[in-house]
Amino acid sequence: MSLSRRFRERAERPIHRDSFVTPWPDVGLVVADSPNDPAPSLRLAHGHIVEMDGVPREQMDLLDLFIAEHAIDLSVAGEAMATPSETIARMLVDINVPRRQIIRLVGGCTAAKLVEIVRHLSVLEMMLAFAKMRVRRTPANQAHVTNRTDNPVLLAADAAEAALRGFAENETTVGVARAAPLNALAILVGSQVGRPGVLTQCAVEEAIGLRLGIKGLTSYAETLSVYGTEQVFIDGDDTPWSKAFLASAYASRGIKIRFTSGTGSEALMGHAEGRSMLYLEARCLLVTRGAGSQGVQNGSISCVALPESLPGGVRIILAENLLAAMLNLEVAAGNDALASHSDIRKTAKLMCQFLPGADFVHSGFSSMPRYDNMFGGGCFDSSEYDDYLVLQRDMQVDAGLRPVREPEVLAVRERAARALQGLFRELALPTIADAEVEAAVIAADSRDLPERDRVADLAAADRFLAGEQTLVDIVNALDRAGYSDVAEALLELGRQRVLGDYLQPAAILSHADGHLRVLSGINDANDYVGPGTGFRLQGERWAEVCNIPEALPPETYLEGQGAHPADRLRELGVAAPGASAEVVIAVGPAFGRALTETICGLPHEAVLEQLIGGIAEEGLTARIVKVYHTADCAFIGYAGAQLSGSGIAIGLQSRGTAVIHRSDLAPLNNLELFSMSPNLTLDSYRQMGRNAARYARGLPVTPVAVTVDNWVRLRLIVKTMLLHRRECEEVDVQRRPVELHFDYEPEV
Amino acid sequence: MDESHYPLGDHARTEVRAQSGKLLSQLTLAEARSGELSPDDLRIHPDTLREQARIAAEAGWGQLAANLRRAAELAIMPNERVLTIYEALRPYRVPQTRLFELADEVETQYGAIETAALIREAAAAYRKRGLL
Repeated sequence: MSLSRRFRERAERPIHRDSFVTPWPDVGLVVADSPNDPAPSLRLAHGHIVEMDGVPREQMDLLDLFIAEHAIDLSVAGEAMATPSETIARMLVDINVPRRQIIRLVGGCTAAKLVEIVRHLSVLEMMLAFAKMRVRRTPANQAHVTNRTDNPVLLAADAAEAALRGFAENETTVGVARAAPLNALAILVGSQVGRPGVLTQCAVEEAIGLRLGIKGLTSYAETLSVYGTEQVFIDGDDTPWSKAFLASAYASRGIKIRFTSGTGSEALMGHAEGRSMLYLEARCLLVTRGAGSQGVQNGSISCVALPESLPGGVRIILAENLLAAMLNLEVAAGNDALASHSDIRKTAKLMCQFLPGADFVHSGFSSMPRYDNMFGGGCFDSSEYDDYLVLQRDMQVDAGLRPVREPEVLAVRERAARALQGLFRELALPTIADAEVEAAVIAADSRDLPERDRVADLAAADRFLAGEQTLVDIVNALDRAGYSDVAEALLELGRQRVLGDYLQPAAILSHADGHLRVLSGINDANDYVGPGTGFRLQGERWAEVCNIPEALPPETYLEGQGAHPADRLRELGVAAPGASAEVVIAVGPAFGRALTETICGLPHEAVLEQLIGGIAEEGLTARIVKVYHTADCAFIGYAGAQLSGSGIAIGLQSRGTAVIHRSDLAPLNNLELFSMSPNLTLDSYRQMGRNAARYARGLPVTPVAVTVDNWVRLRLIVKTMLLHRRECEEVDVQRRPVELHFDYEPEV
Repeated sequence: MDESHYPLGDHARTEVRAQSGKLLSQLTLAEARSGELSPDDLRIHPDTLREQARIAAEAGWGQLAANLRRAAELAIMPNERVLTIYEALRPYRVPQTRLFELADEVETQYGAIETAALIREAAAAYRKRGLL
């Protein structure tokens, strides 16, 4: 237990629940720079690689053999390996070197060479390089859509909302493996209700995943996992060749794929061979490229807390994203599994991908509360949507999300759940009750839904997978159920499958002129070459990002002000110096007319009554003058003090900010200042009146106690600015202070 | 067909055919209602995969192009056949001779030259690393 309360309180903060460890290279507990990492080398003989990163051909393992055969472009390998790594690192951040030139050169690099290049870069340089090197010009995002009970109704509703919110891909997985077909079906239908063209997938065992795709239940797959050492690869029940075949198998059915890798998995699975995480990831990425995958999901993914426990971990996670982009692979950039208990830390890490932009900024933003996330918890979840939308607006960054309003969200949730209800009825799948639909529309998570007969659902899922039904039957059933537009959207996905356009790198389906249109590295190539080039968030999309529901038109902040002028307040004539037994109340130029309430809604007349009452309690009279030549609180008070017979005045801005002034003080000096107008109550003003009178009488004064709330300035700064602007509009620098008559007699 | 023809959805929508031979324009809801739509109508044609492979190669994605060419070979194979080959390529599943047999079969029955080469290469690597 710490002696210091500050230390004790810090120890309670979320960051202290994260794990941190010092490196241990021999077991792979090191992010980069393992002493066991090989130096880059490449030897060719008769058009074949005979040595790579210090390993002669006869000692190569499965990964080396595959990489040597498929991943390295021998026509540039000599040039690439002979170019100093620092030179290539500099090319990465040199805006005058276009992406294509680097892609060509990097094609000839070995794993050790790739690591050596990116080790030269700081995080900032990596971010710039990533912005330049990502495949697709337009950034996008991917959602997770899952729940603990594999509830299909909730999955459909959540998928629809995710689609409406702008995600280009929705990914589900299972609580129970057998649920896969119905989960895939639910998000397929839900997503197309939310926004036609959203691609969907279901992360399950490879062979099942392929069957789902063949049936037309998914349009992409990304859990083709690869690992950086032979033993772990085999433990994953695959080889680079079986993965390459699988990639072709998916493509042969018109299904988009990306591989999955990420730092830390080999160490976690016990066979890192003493290599650094980044070096092993570079091997994964070369296997991915060699197998002909168009892209990869990396950025540590489910093992993210392991590299993050080590020094430089977050930097190296960005480095692996960058390496993938340098290898011309689409990158779904992580930020999916829980990475930290600390919101500061997880958001700082997010910025590494959010600011440069990525093909997919998250490879799974939890579109539901993380309670229901079956992918490792959801680093960001639905509770953080509004924060996220503000970040896009703050930074003028497009991370793929759009602001939405509750009514439209509830509408698509209901329609998705209803469409699934109709589909289940037509396909003779277990009934979905109206009560389930109604619950799914407004649910927070799966605990809010009526329990389903899971035995029946799973049996139906088994039959569906084994049966002959395909996308064609689903389209027909939706049509019969009265959801022809949803049927049409699914059919269009079928047509896209026949076209194969989305098999190209970094493809997503967007909308143009009412039709789906593929955006990929071919027709939306990242062309960043410095300021003014590449993707810019502007035009309609920027307007959309700006349009968060919380952003109010400025006039909203002034509603009610000036609607009912203070009719008990009358202007007399030019104010003259007064008698000794008085306190002057000097008000601002908008007081009681253009503005009629203080910032916290106190009517000006009520404030005046309290000030006058307080002054009267101390036996003095109040005289009110209106200052026109300034809107500044100190100068209003100063002007009042010059006119006051006692030399004491209360200066009062229309928004309620007040000062007690004395005629012999410098304008910006004061006796008491009440700068926090939102914290002032009617009682504060009464005490202010009493104090001012006691100053005038030369009596001892205890300063008025006011609440200190530093957040108030933050909360009300817009209103403060607008009220002050209104006050300034009434300023007439030529006009001398005016005597005011206020129809009020204090009870004494 | 080159990069400028991409996406086919914009530039060749009227020419693209499904594996069944139907034109894309025939894949309609009306067709589905009259029971005229079959699963093969929503399968990509091997020629389309070859076109996509050419587009990928010309844009600088050589390995992806190779993958799509293998995909074109697999496109005409029955689902179960494809799943069988995948299973055989996983670690410790079959003896090397079976892999060579599979390679010969796909080459002779489906003209799957590049897929056969991949299987033979795997067989050699698996023998070398003791995975059979």
